[in-house]
Amino acid sequence: MKTVIDAHEISKVYNADKIPVYAVNGVHLHVEEGEFIALVGPSGSGKTTLLNIIGGLDHPTSGHVQIGDVDITHLSENKLIDFRLYNIGFVFQAFNLIPVLTAKENVEFVMLMQKKSKTERNKRSEDLLTEVGLADKMNAKPAELSGGQQQRVAVARALASKPRFVLADEPTANLDSLSAGNLLDMMAKLNADEKMTFIFSTHDQRVIDKARRVITLVDGKIKSDIKQ
Amino acid sequence: MLLKISWRNIWRNKLRSGVVIIALVIGLWAALFMSAFSWGLYQGHIDDTIETYLSHLQIHHPMYLTEKTPEYTIPNSNDVIRLIRNDTRVIASSARVLASGMITSPKSVSGVMICGINPQDEFSVSTVSHQVVEGSALHEGKKHEVFIGSKLAEKLNVKVKSKIVLTFQSVNRDMTAGSFRICGIFKTHNSIFDETTIFVHDTILAEMLGSEDAVHEIAVLLKDEADSDTLRTFLNRKFPEIQAQTWKDLSPELRLVIESFNEYMLIFIGIILLALMFGIINTMLMAVLERQREIGMLMAIGLNKKNIFIMIVTETLLLVCIGIPIGLLITYLSVTYFHTYGIDISIFSQGLSAWGFRSRVYTYLNYNFYIPVILLTILCALISSIYPAYRALQYRPSEAIRKI
Repeated sequence: MKTVIDAHEISKVYNADKIPVYAVNGVHLHVEEGEFIALVGPSGSGKTTLLNIIGGLDHPTSGHVQIGDVDITHLSENKLIDFRLYNIGFVFQAFNLIPVLTAKENVEFVMLMQKKSKTERNKRSEDLLTEVGLADKMNAKPAELSGGQQQRVAVARALASKPRFVLADEPTANLDSLSAGNLLDMMAKLNADEKMTFIFSTHDQRVIDKARRVITLVDGKIKSDIKQ
Repeated sequence: MLLKISWRNIWRNKLRSGVVIIALVIGLWAALFMSAFSWGLYQGHIDDTIETYLSHLQIHHPMYLTEKTPEYTIPNSNDVIRLIRNDTRVIASSARVLASGMITSPKSVSGVMICGINPQDEFSVSTVSHQVVEGSALHEGKKHEVFIGSKLAEKLNVKVKSKIVLTFQSVNRDMTAGSFRICGIFKTHNSIFDETTIFVHDTILAEMLGSEDAVHEIAVLLKDEADSDTLRTFLNRKFPEIQAQTWKDLSPELRLVIESFNEYMLIFIGIILLALMFGIINTMLMAVLERQREIGMLMAIGLNKKNIFIMIVTETLLLVCIGIPIGLLITYLSVTYFHTYGIDISIFSQGLSAWGFRSRVYTYLNYNFYIPVILLTILCALISSIYPAYRALQYRPSEAIRKI
């Protein structure tokens, strides 16, 4: 299997000059293509910080993160933005769609940044929205969609750029159980059909149950890493 | 897509964007209308000054301008007048005999500039004869008539047909005096002119001065004011013994107004726009702070800093691009309306007339003036957007996406 993420001895320390707080402490993480991983742990255990570091949204205090062939640890902020554009899909807890754009435009947006042709953008955004079950909501703005539908648009947007992997920070936290279940089924299907790698941070038992690998973080350290 | 996002973003908070646009429209209108009003006020003053007495060009003996004594008459005045009257650029000209003297009525006395004229010539270069409030202007053939201003009549407590005595120095430096009857009273927009200038027949004044061919001043009215500089140069070269001057030379304060008007007005507009800039900065800063999470998300999914910057600047420019045409349209309509009907400011007429200003102002704004104002407004908008855009670039996506 192809290695997607290779993180070595990552630490993130806040307040280093006074009383240091280790949000992530010496974590090693190796993720291969097609994995469906749940990152679990109590609040403050470092799940989001770890996701931010492997997603290139934050720099580790020490350690290295290699995505494919690229060590992203020392990339400049502008290079990181470009790297994220082409390599990483994000799904956020609060959906975070662009409120002034329609569902289709939201999905197209990332491809536009990638300078994809209009034909390709149109086709892929329509295909993805159809795949997530929103073929009839393409022209709806986020405010006209339910939470579950917004999160589906967010998943479609995350996949639009054809990333190496998708990071989802508590994607079901703001959804009712039906919407959460549907979303998880959809992501599991994408994982199975397209070999798309998903890494979730979650407290949600349903997500944990669906995951094929569960990594438990406690106090910034990996307590367990179980393949189920 | 960025343009689309920017356009839609500015309408997310219609009230806030509306307030900025209205502020811009009012600011632009106020600045331009004030310029049009000021220009109308000064243009009226300049027109009055030229049409009442100054004319576009005046010719004197070079020493007369400093000494103002009657012996400094224009040499070869007949040749000069003949040449001027044959020039196709000239509408009319008037040869004047001048003397500084005293006017005495039974009740009072005042210092005046006595202007000896040929009525037919003078009233073709000057509009004084159209501004008679009592009696009439000088008549041909009636030698001992005097035409005075209303302010002077009031001061001397005289009216039409009253007798006054003029006393002045002759070319021989002897005092000479003569009795005149008031034929008419004029009232111009300039109360100082009305108080200090009187008109008599040139022949009687020249006779009393003791120099019957005396001409101290030739006033020339041109078809096109723009020709005044070339004609002045031509006359000065042709007749080295005289000194021709344009109205701008004779009235440097008016020249200053004309030449520095645009600069003053642009400074004035700049001050208004500066105040407006802070309003725009405040609004855009609020918009950027409110959308912290959204901007963080855009950075997270791959919108680079250059595009974030462009997005914020575009939003600001769009607000301005909506405000500018509305502001310009309202300005154009109001300036055009008041250019036709004028603005009555007669409530201040006493003070205005002391400075030679009209009590009705016809607004006017040169179209060329709009362009620098538009550019200045766009420049201000660009400057205003820099700080909010800079603030947006400071966001760290990992923190910004967690903001509520």
